[in-house]
Amino acid sequence: MEASAVPKEKLLHMYRTMVKIRRFEETVRDLFFQGQIPGFVHVSIGEEAVPTGVCAALTNADYITTTHRGHGHMLAKGGELKPMMAEIFGRATGYCKGKGGSMHIVSYALGILGANGIVGAGIPIATGAALASSFRNNTAVAVSFFGDGASNEGTFHESLNLASLWRLPVIYVCQNNAYAEFTPTSESTSVKDIAVRGAAYAMPGVIVDGNDVLAVHEVMLTAVQRAKRGEGPTLIEAKTYRWEGHVVGEQAFVGEYRDAAEIEAAKQRCPIALFGRQLVATGFVETAELSRIEGEVQKDVEAAVAFAQSSPLPDIAEATRDVFAG
Amino acid sequence: MRSIGFIEAINEALAEEMHRDPSVFIMGEDVKLGAFGATRGLIDTFGPQRVRNTPISEAGFAGAGIGAAMAGMRPVVEIEFASFLYCCWDQICNQAGKLRYMSGGQARMPITFRCVFGAMGSAAAQHSEVVYPQLLAAPGLKIVVPSDAGDMKGLLKAAIRDDDPVLVFEHGRLGFTRGSVPDGDHLVPLGQGAVKRAGSDVTIVAIGAMVPKALTVAEELSQDGISVEVFDPRSLVPLDEDGLLASVAKTGRVVIVDEGHLRGGAAADLAAIIIDKGFDTLNAPIKRVTALDTPIPFSPPLEEFVLPNEAKIRAAVREVTA
Repeated sequence: MEASAVPKEKLLHMYRTMVKIRRFEETVRDLFFQGQIPGFVHVSIGEEAVPTGVCAALTNADYITTTHRGHGHMLAKGGELKPMMAEIFGRATGYCKGKGGSMHIVSYALGILGANGIVGAGIPIATGAALASSFRNNTAVAVSFFGDGASNEGTFHESLNLASLWRLPVIYVCQNNAYAEFTPTSESTSVKDIAVRGAAYAMPGVIVDGNDVLAVHEVMLTAVQRAKRGEGPTLIEAKTYRWEGHVVGEQAFVGEYRDAAEIEAAKQRCPIALFGRQLVATGFVETAELSRIEGEVQKDVEAAVAFAQSSPLPDIAEATRDVFAG
Repeated sequence: MRSIGFIEAINEALAEEMHRDPSVFIMGEDVKLGAFGATRGLIDTFGPQRVRNTPISEAGFAGAGIGAAMAGMRPVVEIEFASFLYCCWDQICNQAGKLRYMSGGQARMPITFRCVFGAMGSAAAQHSEVVYPQLLAAPGLKIVVPSDAGDMKGLLKAAIRDDDPVLVFEHGRLGFTRGSVPDGDHLVPLGQGAVKRAGSDVTIVAIGAMVPKALTVAEELSQDGISVEVFDPRSLVPLDEDGLLASVAKTGRVVIVDEGHLRGGAAADLAAIIIDKGFDTLNAPIKRVTALDTPIPFSPPLEEFVLPNEAKIRAAVREVTA
């Protein structure tokens, strides 16, 4: 997809989103090492083009489910920095009042039906949201983000079969970052390309460069149209790379399990740098404008950290609230 | 009041709630045909969009029900046999039960899971299990176990209208029973137990299909001058603790009867609650009558040996009233 095919405002919004994800994740990583964040965190540095390209094709009426590595999806779907950061800090002002934490930040108002700590568990849930939409003439689509590891879970296969059978308006986005926890995809997965698994369920399986945000966006637009026409689901495999470990701080217990050269090579294909160069090459965005966005995002993230740090911890009474609706 | 069959009660409850609320729909294995009769004929009234046969993919369609509930629907998902819940354990325990809490109260989860459970006669261990005790330990799930046709209808209707995930356990043996059902929009609130027979010497707390057995024993023992009260909690979550403790306080002696296992079972849970909150009212140790801690065997004499029955209940009542 050429940048010229997308309105400038949208392009800049996408650039801002990618930078926002990068700064947010770097900040969370650094704060974790400083001991400011309880629990554990999974960051998606280097994978920013996938959530950004996908969510740029969605509206608030559309649904997503995401994973333990979900900050980027949440931000791309419209999540605000302050309540996100506050949730990661376990504060009362967080999106989930401090009951979810890093792996479970969600906003139902934004159509985010769960960031899941269980690999593959969000796939049938997104399928069900699409089922609900099918009662309303497929007016909304549902997207399930998951990793290469989840494509080996039974829920992936059961969901794809169900969605294809019922022609549900769901898009399965496999964000293949080359590792399932600490195991390379080649050691865990019987096929080289996860996209070929779409054929087993009679749906298109599309491979896209997951570091090329406009390429991701283009295949998403096609998938959304197909879904809304009632033609059923699409499996998109966006190939990218996880720059950081599975979990922040993992070196302390697993050591190194990847070649430094492999990580370095991936960094040469930074999705943000690629997009920035592409934008400048079109001639209607200048480097200074991108720098300005980066500066603004930096300030916004710093403000979110200050907000989280100064927010109150939850009242103890919250521990027993929200178990049931009534 | 009318007399209707237990299965008919389920069918009526489903049809009434589907008429009442267009967001209610049914899915599960062979629900169009209605393998046990509960959903039979609903396809003719409500059509294939609202009565959906699923592939044999419990995790897939349980999860799809959860997603549909969060996105505005009110699904009734049939898990054909309770033992099949293990195939979708993550979706039930980690998703349905927790997403509301984990999201700080944002998620809506109005979903009902219906499952046939219990020993029905040589169905062997993978089609005879009780399963709900394991779910008592999973927060965020409501658990309903009706013991007769009237409660079956009223509890299922209440479960469908409830905004939390509710698992309704229907004992296979009760499928052949009939009972009286009030006319009109009959609802039994969750968390309200029932004294099925009033008595003064001993309380039998019985769950599901153990209630008619307890009533039989109560009738027999009345001939010997033992006055037995039968308390049916009807829903285990929420639990009518006040009703339970009031009956215990009245009689001072308790036998708890459940078809689940002894260790970690529903009977153990209720006994613990009585000890915690009603110890001073007890005049004798609590007795539990449950299945033995084995898988349920296939061969009829073996199955009979491990399950609770009238003789075991009678012996337990005599022991606590001796």
